[in-house]
Amino acid sequence: MTSADVLQFVASGLQNGAIYALVALGFTLVFASTGIINFAQGEFYMLGGMLVAAGVAAGVPLGVSVAGAVVITSAVGCLIERAVLRPVRSAGPLALIIITIGCSMLLKSWIRHLFGPDERAVPPFSGSEPVALAGALIQPQVLWVLGITVVAAAGLTVLYRWTRLGLAMRACSISHDAARIVGIDTARVVMLSFGLSGALGALAGAVVAPITQTAYDVGARMGLKGFAAAVLGGLGDPVGAIVGGLVLGLLESGAVAVVSGTYKDAVALVVLLLVLVLRPQGIIGRHLGEKL
Amino acid sequence: MSEALVVDGLSAGYGRVEVVREVSLRVAPGEVVALLGSNGAGKSTLLKAICGLVAPWAGTVSIGHEDVTGRPPEHLVRRGVALVPEGRMLFGALTVSDNLALGAYAHRDPTQVRERVLSLFPVLASRLGQRASTLSGGEQQMLAIGRALMSRPQVMLLDEPSLGLAPRVVADIFDVLDELRADGIAVLLVEQDANLALKHADRGYVMRGGRIVMEGSARDLRSNDDVRLAYLGSWHRKERSDADLES
Ligand SMILES: Nc1ncnc2c1ncn2[C@@H]1O[C@H](COP(=O)(O)OP(=O)(O)OP(=O)(O)O)[C@@H](O)[C@H]1O
Ligand SMILES: [Mg+2]
Repeated sequence: MTSADVLQFVASGLQNGAIYALVALGFTLVFASTGIINFAQGEFYMLGGMLVAAGVAAGVPLGVSVAGAVVITSAVGCLIERAVLRPVRSAGPLALIIITIGCSMLLKSWIRHLFGPDERAVPPFSGSEPVALAGALIQPQVLWVLGITVVAAAGLTVLYRWTRLGLAMRACSISHDAARIVGIDTARVVMLSFGLSGALGALAGAVVAPITQTAYDVGARMGLKGFAAAVLGGLGDPVGAIVGGLVLGLLESGAVAVVSGTYKDAVALVVLLLVLVLRPQGIIGRHLGEKL
Repeated sequence: MSEALVVDGLSAGYGRVEVVREVSLRVAPGEVVALLGSNGAGKSTLLKAICGLVAPWAGTVSIGHEDVTGRPPEHLVRRGVALVPEGRMLFGALTVSDNLALGAYAHRDPTQVRERVLSLFPVLASRLGQRASTLSGGEQQMLAIGRALMSRPQVMLLDEPSLGLAPRVVADIFDVLDELRADGIAVLLVEQDANLALKHADRGYVMRGGRIVMEGSARDLRSNDDVRLAYLGSWHRKERSDADLES
């Protein structure tokens, strides 16, 4: 293997990893504020891609389609919390988690019904002429993926560290009762966490769709990988989610390079099982409240 | 005299178990009122029902002249009710400074109160960047009170501030109570150490089995034989509860 090959594998690992990181962030934000795992997270990713594809097909400019997909998916996230989960909140975490699985199936069949079962293509954001980088050829869309992930991570950091909402989210991740007695409307914070995780998932789905194509059924696979990445980084830790995503992406690339492409998807499962058994607190092992 | 807090016939509980039964009490501005009672009497539940953490089953809670029964705590903070909960419920992973900022969450401009709080508890000023969970027990209790003060309360509900603290620290904390009285805050103080509580309080209520069974001025209660027997004699100190170890 030449060094250009290695670079190629690293680049594709980082590209996949960045997407996993965004999806993992979605899992982590909801988990931190509610203690539940939102299994509709993968569908937010699917919605992102499919809505952009639908927008572009309908003649809406690409940029507007992407923004629209993110906004709509974010609203879907809020709606799931407000209209579906909140009324039955007292049923307990397990029931809520099962309900998110139901939401996930609903979203998937609804999109299939609306847009059909076929794969959809999305044009690249800025052309498809590969750029040469240290001897390897990189598609510009890969740079978009990495750039948007960095921007999203930076945005989240600012939100958490320097805004009132961020402080409220950190408080909720520690104790809802404590948050309420200082005046935080915890129900609203929980809803916004779902909205934010919807936005992150959709952003991931939209920015990677030009590379991978998209379809109504891409959510489940991405949900598994994002979840594995979130668990790897320690559920509830945003920094961990990003690290977990990138590590998982690189591990997959490594597996493809060393063993074969056949096993790529198994890596996430193996990682998930190993982490849950050996180190359930994740590789970093912190919690949302503690960092930043 | 106009009352800051009026509780009338309040009942509350968990599941089907009634824990607070038709409790009525009142606290005036600038008054410190002690709520005494043994373990499990329902004191903490009463405070939670007042501030909305536990939904009341019957009765009313009024702040000033406004009926606020059943309003959620995030609403009541804005009406001037602050709870210093049993076990403190600090944001342990956040800094002292963040905890204070969260205390003022309901307000836009917390700088002035913050100075007042730091002057009441100077030790906090030197710990601003430290995580709340790394503070000593006494400092944590000061932070819990400071956080509550940050919301500029008119009514302060204090649940066992002396629990598990050394006598010297307890004395410091109770000195601050006297300052709160001077600020005109109405304080409802739950305390196991009846002697201590009645020393600082103007009046007191005794709770048993969820009901108020006795009330009177602090002086009368201190000299009352029943109270002395039950709460002022060889009173056993309560063990640190699990709730204390959290946060
Ligand atoms: N969250 C809860 N769920 C169910 N029962 C509870 C809960 N909290 C308290 N109880 C019960 O309600 C009763 C009164 O509890 P509460 O904490 O109000 O008493 P307390 O007077 O504050 O006692 P202590 O002095 O031990 O703090 C107890 O029997 C307790 O077991
Ligand atoms: Mg109690």
